[in-house]
Amino acid sequence: MPSVPLRVALAAAVILASAVAPQAQDGAERPAWQGHGIKPQSPDSPFDQVVSGLYFRSKETQAMQADDFNNPGFLAVEQGEELWSKVDGAAGKSCASCHNEAATSMKGVAAAYPKWNEKLSKPVNLEQRIDLCRKGAMKAEPYAFGSPELTAMTTYLRNQSRGMPVAVKVDGPMTPWFERGKALYYQRNGQLDLACANCHEKNHGKYLRADFLSQGQSNGFPVYRLRDQRLVPLHERMEGCMQDVRATPFKPLSDEFLALETYVAWRGLGLPVETPAVRN
Amino acid sequence: MADVKPRIKLDKKDIAKGGVIEVKTLVSHTMESGQRKDKDGKTIPRKILNTFSCDLNGKTIFSANMEGAVSANPYFQFKIKPAESGTLTFTWTDDDGSKIQATEQIKVS
Amino acid sequence: MRDAMNRRQALALGTGAVVAATLSLRAGPACAARNNSEEAIKAFTRGKEPVRGKVKLELPEIAENGNTVPMTVSVDVPMTEESFVEEVMIVAEGNPNPGVISFHFTPSSVAEANTRIRLAETQNVVAIARMNDGSVFSDVRQVKVTIGGCGG
Repeated sequence: MPSVPLRVALAAAVILASAVAPQAQDGAERPAWQGHGIKPQSPDSPFDQVVSGLYFRSKETQAMQADDFNNPGFLAVEQGEELWSKVDGAAGKSCASCHNEAATSMKGVAAAYPKWNEKLSKPVNLEQRIDLCRKGAMKAEPYAFGSPELTAMTTYLRNQSRGMPVAVKVDGPMTPWFERGKALYYQRNGQLDLACANCHEKNHGKYLRADFLSQGQSNGFPVYRLRDQRLVPLHERMEGCMQDVRATPFKPLSDEFLALETYVAWRGLGLPVETPAVRN
Repeated sequence: MADVKPRIKLDKKDIAKGGVIEVKTLVSHTMESGQRKDKDGKTIPRKILNTFSCDLNGKTIFSANMEGAVSANPYFQFKIKPAESGTLTFTWTDDDGSKIQATEQIKVS
Repeated sequence: MRDAMNRRQALALGTGAVVAATLSLRAGPACAARNNSEEAIKAFTRGKEPVRGKVKLELPEIAENGNTVPMTVSVDVPMTEESFVEEVMIVAEGNPNPGVISFHFTPSSVAEANTRIRLAETQNVVAIARMNDGSVFSDVRQVKVTIGGCGG
């Protein structure tokens, strides 16, 4: 494509040049992410080792996640726990009315999401599953995407699978969604003309300006971001990535992000769920 | 966030006289610094928790005055040497005058 | 409210960092204060010149994000009724306002506290400890705040 404007090409070149710069900026101690990975479960995995974003962060950030009391993400876990047994909606039910103790009934559940939904004939992610329950069994108003309630409930449910391996299924009816997610992952976007893979597959473990690039794994989401000082759901983070490459982001809970979420979960198969993780 | 429940953790609740208790506290609050602007360019007014205090039987033994440069969801880790048994009261005071409060019982023998 | 900082603000902060870096070249290795932190410190020490030592400030050399920077301050004194640290003030020289937090200690506490702070740019953070006899001690740490990239 010879018509790519020079300005954009230069911008992309500058970003990538700094991304592959070998020297950690200003003598900073580069996080030792190697050796913290697991062997990929699928022979088709693009990685030699699959590494959680945790190990691409500074020792201070890792320490904040390591202690459940230091970890501010637990404020959302506790909020979710309260919401779990709060009666809401015309049916006079709470989550607990049907699902009893989340510690038992929800153990391992979230690690397998997004998951095929027969009734809708499409996959749903955890946020969508929560709102299906609210609209259906509870006859309650669905939570809006990005609301503290939906993010807290998502965090609480993901936390019930903490330490368990990411176990999303991508065969059967999920196949076209997996393929679509894969295509989107390698599709260049925005003025900087970068695909997810340009940063997170080809250049993880290197600096992009001030940022130390991870593999872009989703096992810690929703994550407590030091920047935002609150929990950030996965689709919001993906929106942020697309803004960073100066693209028009897909909408949260859109089919595009759902396909990407499915594919990204597959890239991290076997990684332990860390929710609530702490990230920069 | 009217019904904020602070998280409080004491490493021990029963100590010998002269002993030390490590206290950790975490509370949900946006700590709006007064430095940020909204979409229309208007400054968002400051609204933070401006003081925190840890009292033993009504007497302050550790406290802090906070400014807008304390991160959201303020976290404190500190150590106390309580001279007597009784009630530890933790109080956060908001710019709007409202308070968040929690208590813990300790035994010193 | 979604983003703590939009792109324009990030750019503005970035420019600030460049200005600060330029100033620091003129002023020597330390960054020049961009707020009235000197006055704040003088008011706290009641005009006394603080002595370096006794108080220890722990901060990361490089903050992964300036909005949440873990900080520990401690003072090496036995806390007794006769001799104790009254107050430790933390001042950020490169923030819009110098004040960050002040800790008040008593003989019933240990002179040590940890919290998380916001730093707008690369700058010096100062801890000043005032004893019950009015003597003052200080420590200073430079923290590099990374701006730019996806975490910024």
